[in-house]
Amino acid sequence: MASKIVTFTLNGRRIEVLVKPLTTVQTLLRDQLGLTSTKAGCKQGGCGSCTVLVNGDPMMSCLLPVEDVQGQDVTTLEGLTPTPGLHIIQEVFYENFAVQCGYCTPGMVMVSKALLDHNPRPTREEIIDALTGNYCRCTGYEPIIQAIEEAARRMNGN
Amino acid sequence: MTEEKLNVVGQSVLRRDGLGHVTGKTIFIDDINFPDILHLKMVRSPLPHALIKGIDFTEAEKVPGFIQALTHEDVPKNIYTILCLIGVGPDEEPVLAEDKVLYKGEQIAAIVAETEDAAMEAVSKVKIDFEELPAVYDVEEALKPDAPVLKHWGTNHFVYEGHHCRRVRFGDVDRGFDESDHIIEGRYQTSPIEHAPSETTGCVARPEPDGRITVYTNTQALFFTMDNTALILGVPFQKLHFVGGTVGGGFGGKVDVIVEPIAALAAMKTGRPVKYKFTREEEMRVSSSRGAWRIYFKDGVTKDGRILARKITTYADAGAYNRHTPYAVTKHAANIAGPYNIPNVWIDAYCVYTNRQPGSAMRGFGVTPASFALEVQMDKIAETVGMDPWAIRFINAYRNGDMKPHQKVVEDATLIEVMQAAAELVGYELPEKFKKMNSLNREEA
Repeated sequence: MASKIVTFTLNGRRIEVLVKPLTTVQTLLRDQLGLTSTKAGCKQGGCGSCTVLVNGDPMMSCLLPVEDVQGQDVTTLEGLTPTPGLHIIQEVFYENFAVQCGYCTPGMVMVSKALLDHNPRPTREEIIDALTGNYCRCTGYEPIIQAIEEAARRMNGN
Repeated sequence: MTEEKLNVVGQSVLRRDGLGHVTGKTIFIDDINFPDILHLKMVRSPLPHALIKGIDFTEAEKVPGFIQALTHEDVPKNIYTILCLIGVGPDEEPVLAEDKVLYKGEQIAAIVAETEDAAMEAVSKVKIDFEELPAVYDVEEALKPDAPVLKHWGTNHFVYEGHHCRRVRFGDVDRGFDESDHIIEGRYQTSPIEHAPSETTGCVARPEPDGRITVYTNTQALFFTMDNTALILGVPFQKLHFVGGTVGGGFGGKVDVIVEPIAALAAMKTGRPVKYKFTREEEMRVSSSRGAWRIYFKDGVTKDGRILARKITTYADAGAYNRHTPYAVTKHAANIAGPYNIPNVWIDAYCVYTNRQPGSAMRGFGVTPASFALEVQMDKIAETVGMDPWAIRFINAYRNGDMKPHQKVVEDATLIEVMQAAAELVGYELPEKFKKMNSLNREEA
């Protein structure tokens, strides 16, 4: 099958890419565009390390064909990070030791961003629910949950 | 140094790598790329035990993007054992299989290609002629006289200084059993466990203009891996430059030396950077797991709860090759009698080979299964004797100055203090005599 041109917004900038059918957003980001914050822990929708936001919703980019984001708004961790400095969610992950090996962190930050955008005052249960698709093998879930609670407090100005 | 000058002790110090992690700028192995990079994929054994009668690369070579196939004939020192660096031998694992395979998933030939897809397609087109052999999957079955023999020295166990197993002999267990009121036996079995790191095992090897090879790797054992790689490739250590330290989860699963030697060899052969990174399936199915253990206890105990004799026969399932298991068995033998003062101990600890995925290091390897088995056994003793499980442990607890069965004087006992703290944490009221005990001095009987 012939390659296809797909146009979408990536981190606030409109881009046009040429991809083979069924190329995943993960492969496009990592191998074609060099945006490696999106990780590739399993390539089968099992770990959440490749989570990106599509129109603000968290999606696993390893299962997402590039054709499906035609005309959509895609955000990766590169797009979340202000220059200079850190997003509040990144700040609290850093300060609260919600990182260990760091491999799941980009995905964790992206789901946190989606959660807090949709629900600025999540309960602990809602935070846990939001993280169910994201695997942390270092078993650092508790500091991650606490970091998201802290991020919510700071983003709400208290 | 005065206390005022301390700026780390007592402080919460932010992680050096934290900013890289939260911004996604930390470079993991799969994030490393070069314009001329090649991809290596492995032809693996579909059988657990077989002779290799022939390999045919004809169809694989026709795949667009195919660059090179590597077999054992390309590896300068193909047969190795990781722990040769601490004197363990003989060498017994091939980097790439020669005339036989000992486990399903074993590395047979490496395919190097322009893209990952091309490498995978070429792998699927390699034809191998096997003659399947009977396989053995159980440690005790493997030690029976009629079991298929896996090792060139003619047995299915590692040889410890001429002995069939790692032995510990302390006191006289038969006399201890005679003097005991209860004989309590137990059989314990643990299963293999995959470490499942978030980032799979991998490396990139790149030839430099000065003739050195730079290897970017997520190994947990950088220098150990570099030294083994140099020995396998038959090059001086200074020809290799290893870059690492960023590990997307290890837990002991990234201390074996598997991907680096073959990637470095492929880089030397092709003159281009080569990436060899496990898929998730490879990580689960062929990377070393925590080894499985089977442990038999026989304890002689008095009616007031003193353990007088402990006899243990224990088997580590190394899987097909040594990896770190011979060392794990030695650690196991030193710990399996437990943190208890037992006058008579007899231990036979075997490192056994089977046709299973090799086991190796994982968090406290050798000791974790020992703790599981022996503490369940302690509960069983308490139940049989009719005593509180706390009491049985306080009564038998070792103290500083006691001799351990492997002839080591205890210098750092903390069992009593740990149990006292644990009892307080869980709200268990210990009898006064246990609260007064300590690890430094044994109170008068």
